[in-house]
Amino acid sequence: MIEIRWHGRGGQGAVTSVEMIALAAIEAGKYAQGFPAFGPERRGAPVMAFNRISDKPIKIRSGIYQPDVVVVLDPSLVGLVPVTDGLKPGGILIINTSKSPEEIRKKLNYKGKLFTVDATRIAREELGVPITNTTMLGAVLKATGVLGLTSLKSPLEHRFGRVASKNMSAMKRAFNELKIAKAA
Amino acid sequence: MGKRVGMEVAIAAAEAVALCNIDVAAVYPITPQSHIAEHMADIIHDGRIDAEFITVESEHSAISALAGASAAGARAYTATSSQGLMLMHEILPIVSAMRLPVCMANANRAVSGPLNIWNDHTDIMPQRDSGWICLFTENGQEAIDLSIMSFKIAEDPEVMLPCVVNIDGFQLTHMIEPLEFPSQAEVAKFLPPRKPFAQLHPDNPISMGCFAMPDTYAETVKAKEEALRGSKKVVTRVFAEWAKRFGRKYNVVETYRAKDADTLMLTMGSMGETAATAVDEMRKAGRKVGLVKLRLWRPFPVEEIKAAVAGCKTLIVMDRAISTGGAGGPVATDVKSILYGEKKRPRILNVIAGLGGRDLTVGDFVNMFDLAKKKKDEPFEFYGVRE
Repeated sequence: MIEIRWHGRGGQGAVTSVEMIALAAIEAGKYAQGFPAFGPERRGAPVMAFNRISDKPIKIRSGIYQPDVVVVLDPSLVGLVPVTDGLKPGGILIINTSKSPEEIRKKLNYKGKLFTVDATRIAREELGVPITNTTMLGAVLKATGVLGLTSLKSPLEHRFGRVASKNMSAMKRAFNELKIAKAA
Repeated sequence: MGKRVGMEVAIAAAEAVALCNIDVAAVYPITPQSHIAEHMADIIHDGRIDAEFITVESEHSAISALAGASAAGARAYTATSSQGLMLMHEILPIVSAMRLPVCMANANRAVSGPLNIWNDHTDIMPQRDSGWICLFTENGQEAIDLSIMSFKIAEDPEVMLPCVVNIDGFQLTHMIEPLEFPSQAEVAKFLPPRKPFAQLHPDNPISMGCFAMPDTYAETVKAKEEALRGSKKVVTRVFAEWAKRFGRKYNVVETYRAKDADTLMLTMGSMGETAATAVDEMRKAGRKVGLVKLRLWRPFPVEEIKAAVAGCKTLIVMDRAISTGGAGGPVATDVKSILYGEKKRPRILNVIAGLGGRDLTVGDFVNMFDLAKKKKDEPFEFYGVRE
């Protein structure tokens, strides 16, 4: 089982990200959960959302405290919320930032596996808005290999209709432009 | 068999009801039930089913409107949670006394105060004695299956009582997970149109829900009580028919790795799954532990619980509510009561846990099992609560 924690801000679509991942995994015949941090919704406030993906039925109804993967949608959260909390040894941290992976490593004093991508720039260029939730899906797929790019096509089309193809392009670019930080 | 889809459980609950040929829905939105209310309104507004959606001003009005609709012969549905259910409280025993098979989903949430929108079972417990059949679900699939079955159970001529399906708020309602739906044709075969025993109609005027003097009130109460107790037989029969048609088996009391267990834990609702994972881990370590899961809360399945716990040395009863100032949690109090007359009965520990959305991990359930090692027993104890 792989557990993913997403960090974003209310309104940036972290819940849509976990929905897309869960739907794609289920359509691929896997078992999956997608859920928000339970509670009221607050636009602009730091929020979290979660995925569990497994080849076997998932029988856990608690929150995720030791994720295998952490994804950060909003660059301003780095240094503001403890994004590396509970990240498993050998876990993966994926950050949307225009900074270099080395700068992020230093800022977070983090020694594990680290990937970065400038998803805000990609989203601006492909979608015309700085909303990175679908762009960052590409980064997650590349860094984890949990699902293939094509598996997201149907959930994105279902959710975004005529703008699905733009979201697909943004996702593919993040997949291709993802940078891996040198080992610490 | 239906196609496997990924869907949020609250949406799925509304979709399941949309397969049930309902005539009237009156649903007032409240967190964490809101997605059921919104989606039910969408389904009816879009003309996907031929039903009326009554936009009521409160939950008290929702259940009152449905009492009228059901008395007129309609198949009627509502959904609520917490304070909404508390506001319905006055009308709930009237619906059951009038023997109206209204069906309801309750997205379980803590009762105020302090104001808290998260999951526990403190909302359904004050409704315990309202005369409704009360079912609990453990996952999204059960929310679909039991929502459909609830109409068949409620409308059975031997029952004619309302039924509430409890779906844990957030933990279930806000979860996207894999689900299977039966087809419309399959549900239509399983659930034929309602045949009301009595019906309000201008061409044939009758009175329902009348005033009762001391010489008839007690008889009415007894008749309702016998119908509610008798409904267990029908619940079991409907579960069996469901298994035959759709392949998923349900029991009023479920057991998990309980056969040779010396310590059992009894749970209700979605926590049963996390507890099952804890049992698997402990079994791997050689500990003889198992689970008993209560699917039917009212009527209380006395014989089935006795059979499920016979042979275990220690029984840990987990309550997600407390009977304030009483003997402990409502589930444990009932379990202790039915075992009092037994010659051989387990030691019973009552753990009050998971209140107001306090999360419980696999490790927490292992810790709760470890409480059985304690020498001194309290009547009940709070788990994980700061002094």
